[in-house]
Amino acid sequence: MRKGPTPFNIAAITAGLVFLYLPIAALVLYSFNASRLVTVWGGFSTRWYESLFANEALMGAAWVTVRVGLISATAATILGTLAAVALARGGRFGGRTLFSGLVYAPMVMPEVILGLSLLLLFVALRIDRGFWTVVIAHSTCTLAYVAVVVHARLVTFDRSLEEAAQDLGCPPIRTFLTVTLPNIAPAVAAGWMLAFTLSLDDLVVASFASGPGATTLPMRIYSQVRLGVSPEINAASTLLIAAVATAVLIYAIVGKWRRVKELRSEAGAGRRAAA
Amino acid sequence: MKTKRGERLAAIAPFLWLGVFFLFPFALVLKLSFSDQALAMPPYAPQIDWSAGLAGIRAFMSALDLETYARLKSDDLYLVAYLSSLRFAAIGTLLCLLVGYPIALGMARCAPNTRNILLLAVILPFWTSFLIRVYAWIAILKPEGLLNMGLEAIGLPGLSVLNTQAAVYVGLIYCYLPFMVLPIYAVLEKQDHSLLEAAADLGSPPWKSFWQVTVPLSLPGVTAGALLCFIPMVGEFVVPDLLGGVQTLMIGKTIWTEFFANRDWPSASAVAVVLLLTLVIPIVLYQRQQAKALEAGR
Repeated sequence: MRKGPTPFNIAAITAGLVFLYLPIAALVLYSFNASRLVTVWGGFSTRWYESLFANEALMGAAWVTVRVGLISATAATILGTLAAVALARGGRFGGRTLFSGLVYAPMVMPEVILGLSLLLLFVALRIDRGFWTVVIAHSTCTLAYVAVVVHARLVTFDRSLEEAAQDLGCPPIRTFLTVTLPNIAPAVAAGWMLAFTLSLDDLVVASFASGPGATTLPMRIYSQVRLGVSPEINAASTLLIAAVATAVLIYAIVGKWRRVKELRSEAGAGRRAAA
Repeated sequence: MKTKRGERLAAIAPFLWLGVFFLFPFALVLKLSFSDQALAMPPYAPQIDWSAGLAGIRAFMSALDLETYARLKSDDLYLVAYLSSLRFAAIGTLLCLLVGYPIALGMARCAPNTRNILLLAVILPFWTSFLIRVYAWIAILKPEGLLNMGLEAIGLPGLSVLNTQAAVYVGLIYCYLPFMVLPIYAVLEKQDHSLLEAAADLGSPPWKSFWQVTVPLSLPGVTAGALLCFIPMVGEFVVPDLLGGVQTLMIGKTIWTEFFANRDWPSASAVAVVLLLTLVIPIVLYQRQQAKALEAGR
């Protein structure tokens, strides 16, 4: 007999979820408040959304952020996947410890230090800070997360498939593209998504690595938030939360649907075999 | 045995990338922490005079000193900021554990289907912007905010929480809770339930089995969660800056101020080097634990 949750467990979960979601719910609710004041409910209104879309500084920053995210997530995914392949499949090679340390260190490094060190690099190399320096900085910081996700998938995946392909004379690069890559694709996609959202979210590293003309959305939001609560920021946050929630839910549903399909096809194969 | 040359060649690109954009910049921070502040752009001295060849490099090396570190030691402000960062991170981690453990335990006791939904519910806020989550608390904690509205409605006096240490703790718990819940849940979920049944059969009351069976077995998850919270909390910038007000001293904020407001790049670098040295022990502990978990998982 397995014991179900006790009343105490249920209370803990409920309290935890309320704690996690109440601030977000309040934020979303007040983005529809006609009044500028948090304490006054002035009726339902979408005026902050209108003024958000009319706010060119915020919209421009949002566009910069999306472009930085797309490019840096792609670069991080390529580099992180290569790193994961080397770590999971390369066996013991000289410098492996240094390499794995280098790959995973950015994950535990405080963001202020990462940002500071990259800024010093750009200054020392006399690179003008702007869009591309933020892309480089984000690729460096998020590469490790991709490597972790892809590495986890590579170590559980049956490598005899790769060995069989190579025994049959398939060259290594083709083996990687036709056998390994399709098998680790879900992990690579998850790694890309993680890198993309981390890049969208980052304030500290971007503030150091960016220069005039490349203000990202978090930087813009931060400078407005320091001046106080603004309903426009509530509206922008609501849109971001909605986008992320939709993406995560689609990912979860597609994953579930795929598992159901796999189960069905297995069951179908079983029936055919029985007949 | 197949040769693994191809797989090893895959290491070249990430290796070079990290060498140029991670390791080398770090050497620059170290170098700068031995330099002096200067009224120039970039605002530090000495610069290497490449045209003078070897002599230029020698002159550069001799101009480096420990002056910045000596100043860090003599100025109380830095020491206070370090100690208060460590205290915030330690207490914040403990509070996360106190809040997170019951949640993880409850999740692990639910039916598998409910568990997956709860897991998604705990992870979802983690995917939304950190900055936005901190921002949401400003509207709640500020004097004319939602918390005081609620307190007033039930006839209690208002509190002023924003710009105090309490606000920093609330922000830290809120932002790092998933990092604590997920590792503990992962361990508890795999725990063999028959152990608890055996304890009960032998006459152990539930609270005693909890302390003597469940808790000791969940320690690897607790350590992982604690380190995952503690390490980034020490260097945290956004939470103390937005919720803690001007009196809250934390080291991440100090680096930021030295750099952007005071334009004292050598001091910012030296503070960063010391911060990293402080974190070496927890980081090494964490990496060793991860390596052990990876070996056990195979």
